[in-house]
Amino acid sequence: MTPVQRTVTKTLFALMMMVGFTIALVPLYDVFCNITGLNGKSASQPRAIVSGEVDESRYVTVQFITRTGSGLPWRLTAQDRQVRVHPGQAYEVRFAFVNHGKTASRGRAVPSVSPSEASLHLRKITCFCFQEQRLEAGERLELPLMFQLSRDLPENVHTVTLAYTLYPAAEEQLTSNVIALTQGGGA
Amino acid sequence: MAPKSPPKATLEHSQSASGSAAAHHVEEHHYRSGPLRWLLTTNHKEIGSLYLIFSLSMFMIGGAMALIIRLELFQPGLQMVQPEFFNQMTTMHGLIMVFGAVMPGFVGLANWMIPLQVGAPDMALPRLNNFSFWLLPIAFTLLLSTLLMPGGGPNFGWTFYAPLSTTYAPPSTTFFIFALHMAGISSILGAINIIATILNLRAPGMRLMDMTLFVWTWLITAFLLIAVMPVLAGVITMMLLDINFGTSFFNAAGGGDPVLFQHLFWFFGHPEVYIMILPAFGIVSVIIPTFARKRLFGYASMVYATASIAILSFLVWAHHMFAVGLPLVAELFFMYTTMLIAVPTGVKVFNWITTLFRGEITFETPMLFALAFVVLFTIGGFSGLMLAIAPADFQYHDTYFVVAHFHYVLVPGAVFSIMAAVYYWLPKWTGHYPDERLGRWHFWLSVIGVNLLFFPMHFAGLAGMPRRIPDYALQFADFNMASSIGGFLFGFSQLLFIWVIVKCVRGGVKAPASAWDGATDLEWTVPSPAPLHTFETPPDLRGFKFH
Amino acid sequence: MRKMFALAGLLASLNGSYSMVHASDWNMPVGVSQVSRDVYGLHMIIFWICVIIGVIVFGVMFYSLFRYRRSKGAKAAQFHEHTTVEIVWTAIPFLILIAMAIPATATLKNMYDASEADYDVMITGHQWRWQYDYMGEDVTFFSNMSTPREQIAGTEEKGEHYLLEVDQPLVLPVDRKIRLLTTSADVIHSWWVPDLAVKKDAVPGFVNESWTRIDEPGIYRGQCTELCGKDHGFMPVVVHAMEQEQFDTWLAERKQAAAEEAGGVDREWALDELIERGEKVYATICASCHQAEGQGMPPTFPGLAGNQALMDDLDRHIDVVVNGVSGSAMAAFSGTLSPVDIAAVITFERNAWGNDTGDAVQPADIQALVSP
Repeated sequence: MTPVQRTVTKTLFALMMMVGFTIALVPLYDVFCNITGLNGKSASQPRAIVSGEVDESRYVTVQFITRTGSGLPWRLTAQDRQVRVHPGQAYEVRFAFVNHGKTASRGRAVPSVSPSEASLHLRKITCFCFQEQRLEAGERLELPLMFQLSRDLPENVHTVTLAYTLYPAAEEQLTSNVIALTQGGGA
Repeated sequence: MAPKSPPKATLEHSQSASGSAAAHHVEEHHYRSGPLRWLLTTNHKEIGSLYLIFSLSMFMIGGAMALIIRLELFQPGLQMVQPEFFNQMTTMHGLIMVFGAVMPGFVGLANWMIPLQVGAPDMALPRLNNFSFWLLPIAFTLLLSTLLMPGGGPNFGWTFYAPLSTTYAPPSTTFFIFALHMAGISSILGAINIIATILNLRAPGMRLMDMTLFVWTWLITAFLLIAVMPVLAGVITMMLLDINFGTSFFNAAGGGDPVLFQHLFWFFGHPEVYIMILPAFGIVSVIIPTFARKRLFGYASMVYATASIAILSFLVWAHHMFAVGLPLVAELFFMYTTMLIAVPTGVKVFNWITTLFRGEITFETPMLFALAFVVLFTIGGFSGLMLAIAPADFQYHDTYFVVAHFHYVLVPGAVFSIMAAVYYWLPKWTGHYPDERLGRWHFWLSVIGVNLLFFPMHFAGLAGMPRRIPDYALQFADFNMASSIGGFLFGFSQLLFIWVIVKCVRGGVKAPASAWDGATDLEWTVPSPAPLHTFETPPDLRGFKFH
Repeated sequence: MRKMFALAGLLASLNGSYSMVHASDWNMPVGVSQVSRDVYGLHMIIFWICVIIGVIVFGVMFYSLFRYRRSKGAKAAQFHEHTTVEIVWTAIPFLILIAMAIPATATLKNMYDASEADYDVMITGHQWRWQYDYMGEDVTFFSNMSTPREQIAGTEEKGEHYLLEVDQPLVLPVDRKIRLLTTSADVIHSWWVPDLAVKKDAVPGFVNESWTRIDEPGIYRGQCTELCGKDHGFMPVVVHAMEQEQFDTWLAERKQAAAEEAGGVDREWALDELIERGEKVYATICASCHQAEGQGMPPTFPGLAGNQALMDDLDRHIDVVVNGVSGSAMAAFSGTLSPVDIAAVITFERNAWGNDTGDAVQPADIQALVSP
């Protein structure tokens, strides 16, 4: 191997490392977001309730915003638009899904938490957002969200806003396949 | 740094080498002539010239698009073009100038000068060199052809933020992605070639710390290219999958995140910014000592500053995203790292100025461009420092203040350095001096034009004018009119540049081997014009004291 | 930190009287909130730091260029390194930066503290208009640019607030902490009002928060600052800040108007009445994409005039307007336009530009679709 070939081999190796790193960036970003709450995405998996003392000295207002994206004839409404809870207290809010369309369709509610650091301290025990829903034409479905704000929620957070945006989920199967393929089962 | 006065033996040697090269040259003419010769050439000088001609053509095309933009913005209201076309112009202008003009311009200079400055006969991988050049015309023909496709060309800005560039993009976006892939592969191959050349083909006796700063900055730039071009390739591949294969990397509806796009893009994009400025630092660090007739001050600190800027460039990307809704901690981290970049950049400017201090200065055209670079790039650096202050950035972000900032570092920064390099090395390339009088005209018209063009943009931005808008409120009218006049002055002055180059190629005052009396680097030991083959036997620099 | 701002103020006054009177014409506005004044202070400090460094650096440079030119017989010195000097000019900028980072950090922390707000407003970016939603008040509306297309085309003289005027501004009370939640229905937008020093991206699927507390009543203008497509330059932001009592009155009137609007759903509407109303809705909401004559801009924005497929399928037409089309600029209007407006605009589209279907869509039918 000539010195030039050695250098080229090393450079190509570095290049391959960077390609690998780029592919890894997508799942890494998700992991990073889960750890730091970077983008206000809440966890997509149910978490166990943490029993313990309820911090009754503090009240936190939790607001619910529901929106529907384009292309889905659904309405999502929260039974309570706003609740006041103590950190540590588990609370259930019911959400109603209605399909106004003339055919059955599938949708998924995408959550976003603001301020983003609160997403780390929001434990969802059950949530309709963990999976997509399928509604027949005219069907109405009530689903619960059970959540708990952990007691170590930063002192300066007094209001937590939870937004759910409904999106159509028609090509869901294909999407998850390709993502699984490209992210090596990540996502 | 190269020898102050090259060892006598080297000089003689290279002349005898060039004698045999001339014979070779004629021979080669015999079996390769016409267009095929340029298509198949593996000679670093010819490929360098091809890159430079390509870069100049793209500079004129991208410039024409800029003039369409400035014409529309000459006064309030929509006069010349509709918003959809305006957006295509801003997008294409950015893409062509970044990937078609500035980057290939530097690669062209690298091809021509790196082998000459390290005493190598050619690039390490000549055939690969040919391939990486010819990818570019194909890529940019494809990119330009998207303008004629239904729905028009890319219209989402050169930063192509998703989902505007995915879900909401015109059908031609797939071709845009393909074109960018080709340009990216070309850059990667070019970078591999440059690294292999610098690390392996240096003349015996030339250590790394003996190289000129142009070679040094290009070595570091090439590593940056290897590191970030795969990230660009990755991000546009994800776009391709989102558009054509139903994935949702950047689509919130499918569980993706549009902000992820921006993180990935700027992880590539910020080092990319330095890819476009580090070689400029190298050029200026070569030209200023020549015309100040004094060795570069702080050679070692220049190398270290360049390396630290390159490393820091990986830690600052989110300063382009202060308004995107990052958590406080991230915001603070990126504000601090960004401010830190001012330190090595400051060191560079201080070094150039100390090089001038107590020198023996003359003002030939290359020096004029290099001096304008130092002043105007520093102004761009100052506005960069202001942009680093995150709370204030909320007011500057995505306004004309940002447009002013990055044009100051890219036009009188990167572009002026390329012009300085062209004036500096034209005697070596053609054997003639460029017309000094015309060169001065070109310089002064460009300097006046460029400042009239970009300085008022600071004010327009601070007063509240967002970027990328085809029409604006009445209070911005004066600034825009001034910018447009400056734009046309700058744009048309470049025709003079082309004329100077054409004139210089065709004839002019004959240049000796060492064309500038203060020049000491290795390329000035070979005859002017440089014969097709130089340093076929490497000059022996062992035992030579470089510093 | 206070000292720093005082210093900035002093330096700012050096700008001369012109800047005091017309500051916003060529400099960043001081603005009408404590945050905007802090930001202005930071801006001026860093500006003057740059000016001072610039004067020194360029001073030495130009001195050298004049003093050490060959034509004046200068002979080059031979020095080329000096470790002490190099350490000094690495350290000094570092110290300046640390001094600068301290007040910047404090201001940033303050900007991020949106807690304990008096009002919450949800801001949604659409291609190409803003939607404001007073949370908990049941008041929501679009804010469209009101500059006539004739002024843009130049056939009419441009007004004072050309491109910076809207049909319905965001109305806010002064001296109250307002939490602003930004999101988007389609692509990324960015909501910016320079006088409030608030700029926040509106990202589809995500909610960002920021806040403001306005000190003075007045009208404050800004624009969208993230490229969002064709009419990115034509989606201004206008904030009308008023005293609390006026704001309460305004809010009550808004609710009243909404109630009256809802009342219109129950009655039967005549075709002409619907067409007349629909024409206005079309002009403000639909014309920017589907064009004044319904010709559209294919392939991105389909034409409506002579669109036989659509005219033959009333249900599809209603579905598209009410629910939008996924992955396109066509938004769902059910949450943002009243049933009357939706019915009117569909009726208009089905009876304009040669689409003589004669269909009259009743608001009650739309209402039934939205909340049966």
